[in-house]
Amino acid sequence: MPKNALAMPPRSTPLRPRRKALLIGASSGIGAALARRLAQEGYDLALLARRKDLLQRLCEEINTACGEVRAVYYVHDVRDRAAVPALLQRILADLGSLDLVIYNAGVNLPAGPEAYDFEKDLLMTEINYVGALAWLDHAAAIFQQLKSGQIVGISSVAGDRGRAGNPAYTASKAALTCYLEALRNRLSRYGVHVLTVRPGFVATDMLKQAQRPFMVISPEQAAADICKAIRRRRQSIYTPARWGWIMLVIRLIPSFIFRRLRFLA
Amino acid sequence: MNPIPSFQTLNRLGNFGRSLYAPAYLYQPTSVEEIEQIFKTARERGLTIGLRGAGKSYNDAALNGGGIVLDLRRMNRILEWNPETGLIRLEPGVTIQQLWQHTLPDGWWPPVVSGTMTTTLGGCLAMNIHGKNNFRMGTLGEHVLEFTLLLPTGLEIICGPKKNRDLFYAAVGGLGMLGVFTTITLQMKKIHSGFLRVRAWHVPDLNAHLAALEAGAPAHDYIVGWLDATAGGPGLGRGQIHAADYLPEGQDTHPERSLRVDYQTLPSKFFGLVPKSLLHYFMAPFMNNLGAWAVNSAKYLLSLPARSYSQTHAAFHFLLDYVPDWELAYGRQGLIQYQSFLPKETARDAWAEMLTLSRRRDLPSYLGVTKRHRPDGFLLSHAVDGFSLALDFKVTESKRARLATMLEDFDRIALEAGGRFYFAKNSETSPETARRFLSAEAVAKFKALKKRCDPHHLLQSDLYRRLFGEQE
Repeated sequence: MPKNALAMPPRSTPLRPRRKALLIGASSGIGAALARRLAQEGYDLALLARRKDLLQRLCEEINTACGEVRAVYYVHDVRDRAAVPALLQRILADLGSLDLVIYNAGVNLPAGPEAYDFEKDLLMTEINYVGALAWLDHAAAIFQQLKSGQIVGISSVAGDRGRAGNPAYTASKAALTCYLEALRNRLSRYGVHVLTVRPGFVATDMLKQAQRPFMVISPEQAAADICKAIRRRRQSIYTPARWGWIMLVIRLIPSFIFRRLRFLA
Repeated sequence: MNPIPSFQTLNRLGNFGRSLYAPAYLYQPTSVEEIEQIFKTARERGLTIGLRGAGKSYNDAALNGGGIVLDLRRMNRILEWNPETGLIRLEPGVTIQQLWQHTLPDGWWPPVVSGTMTTTLGGCLAMNIHGKNNFRMGTLGEHVLEFTLLLPTGLEIICGPKKNRDLFYAAVGGLGMLGVFTTITLQMKKIHSGFLRVRAWHVPDLNAHLAALEAGAPAHDYIVGWLDATAGGPGLGRGQIHAADYLPEGQDTHPERSLRVDYQTLPSKFFGLVPKSLLHYFMAPFMNNLGAWAVNSAKYLLSLPARSYSQTHAAFHFLLDYVPDWELAYGRQGLIQYQSFLPKETARDAWAEMLTLSRRRDLPSYLGVTKRHRPDGFLLSHAVDGFSLALDFKVTESKRARLATMLEDFDRIALEAGGRFYFAKNSETSPETARRFLSAEAVAKFKALKKRCDPHHLLQSDLYRRLFGEQE
């Protein structure tokens, strides 16, 4: 964790405004790609993840590329929910303001097509969903109070249907999608923007868990789509966008048919 | 009062120009004990504290993003008033308005006032404000006999020009970074009428403008210039001078009437018709290069015949209160003010260069104001034996970057001319610029005092961070 306050990114002045983003789950995959992309777009970043060495390397890379302090990191496990309020307070104090909060932490731990594993399911729920509540409840409180801000949740196409292959993963993402929609319905009247992102298959560590990946995109492409949606204040996107059509069809399949389609369910 | 900063106590605080906002946990203490409690909370939570009065700085002086902000406006009691000697002891949240309205009926006026009367005395002293009489009366700090400073360590120290001198000369103009003024004792100025005698005349160019300020100052109690920053060529630096004088005793035959507060009150309607709170809507359409040129040119033409008239103190001094919420006319991105203080020998050439530059880059200032100044002995001082020029600029998305570059050029021109800057105004001053005009010794001395008064660096503001860094 940065101890020396001099290493913080500069604060806004009237003629040199700076946007500040907090990214939870930043060490690899979509998170790391998003961090690089947001830094390019001028954001100052607070990056959070469990793995310190990865975060440190990412910050150094970003700060060197930008030629100034743009990114700082904080080591955090999203299951450590008690630590969230104090850590968020500290990040806000370090950055000086907050414009964007992205919850990207997520794991996929399938137990196997016929097996059940409560420990794994609990872990997935804690990281994919409960951690999001722990962070975004506070982010929502801040933005509601300030009447501005953007919240982004990285959910998944997997949350659109309950799937036999990994019930708890799909349920955690469905819960996240629903929670983000509810936040949006609550916060839009305060001028706060909430974006739900549903990626398909992205070439990250998580792809190893996928059974039959197709239309795989790079994390950089996903990050580009997400940044564009943030700029345009979209409420919900699929990345790549054609997943929107695919999931429209899949959502419309009646359950009694869907459960018989082994290749889909 | 909830002593624990929660996200629900976050407030989006802004500056006077509505050009910068930052979130902070806002507290409005009413007593020294409450301030001490907040110091304790901040230490425990690892948060910093910024001090704020009325929030009328044009920059980030009263902002402390992500930290605590102590708004001292509720500590606004007048503790002692002696109409015989003109000595007044007050709390830091007392506004200039409260102050003059309290003392005027007894025939006393604040020795130094700001262009708006909504500022607090604590804020004014932390910035060491000056008025249109700076060349004669100096800054506000020169009329303070004593103040009590509450340090973040919990210590309360009484300072005056002879008592704890080093702290006195550092805390006045010290940006609220050494401690909280908890009481201030001020010497008021005796006056014999609620009126000022005002003379106004035009000046055709920058030479005449500065010459009029220099020659006029010794002969008057107040002097201020309006500068048409949209004019170029032979009219570069043209404008109008207003000089005002107190009435000598006996000249006002009914001083008891003109010294009444209601006599001084600014009218609430314009031409007796339009409520002034609506005026900024009518001003907004003129807040572009063409509109500003038209307004400034018209104002100059109207200023051609010299005039002489009586005006109340409130009407002469508080021009910024004349149109309520005038800042709104500048639009969503607000405005910034760039003020440079230049020695009288170099001012003409440096400002000619700045004004020409701003015209050439199509970034003219919509309002320019000039004053005459004298040096003072405070540690972080903006004062020079010379003049100041304050330029208002509208901030827009498309002009922001070009304006920033131009102000960098302005800083370079002003520094080369031996100029100084005022910490309640300029928003883009770099640490290098601050160090250069203040001198490295002055900065080091201030930081040493800060370390002594505030060893945990509890007091911070976005301004202080920008100019001097968060830590040693």
